[in-house]
Amino acid sequence: MAFRLSCKEASKLISEGMDRRLSFPERIGLRLHVRICDACTRFTSQVNFLRKALKAFPGPDDSEGR
Amino acid sequence: MRFALVQLRDRNAAEDAVQDTLLAAIQGASQFAGQSTVRTWLVGILKHKIIDGIRKTARERPVESRAEAEGAEGVEAFFADDGHFAEPPGEWAGPERSLEESRFFEALERCLQSLPKKTASAFTLREMMGLETDEICKELGISASNCWVMLYRARMSLRACLERSWFNPGSGEAA
Repeated sequence: MAFRLSCKEASKLISEGMDRRLSFPERIGLRLHVRICDACTRFTSQVNFLRKALKAFPGPDDSEGR
Repeated sequence: MRFALVQLRDRNAAEDAVQDTLLAAIQGASQFAGQSTVRTWLVGILKHKIIDGIRKTARERPVESRAEAEGAEGVEAFFADDGHFAEPPGEWAGPERSLEESRFFEALERCLQSLPKKTASAFTLREMMGLETDEICKELGISASNCWVMLYRARMSLRACLERSWFNPGSGEAA
């Protein structure tokens, strides 16, 4: 994989990075890309927010009987 | 009940899971050691029952799921031919505040329902139940790379769906 990633490749790595440990070249390539790409920077914070939202999903704790 | 419903996508299956949980709780009441609250204990049982339910449906629909698990076709639509975002992610105003609004979770629930069933299962197992990818592969009978692709697709779709329906309603409608 070349160091120059497209947004398509980068977003896939951003997602996979949430589920597995990325390889060293993958991490470097991703960092170089995200540093210069607003779209992927937003994408990163938004998928992290998604994770947070799912954790905060009204669980059995407070949705019962609603 | 809603917790189970979001993940199982089927009212009967969700009711079964809740009922099984209560039965198991009654039978196992003596095992409840008092180390946790009753609620945490019940939620723990419910999670197992939901996973059982997902496993059952995964077994019943191997054909449909094989097609669904293949490739990243669903993701192609989000990108232009040169690999750029067809529609770059927009600015989200105050996402943290959304977490305090029940209407946000209703929107999220609708977005989850718009995902293909197995994709949604993989995603909720990962993000609601906190399972690791290899456990999800086992439950759903898919390979690790399929699993990553499904989670990727789920995130892409949910992100776009929330942006459309919650954060920037109105924009993107014309496209």
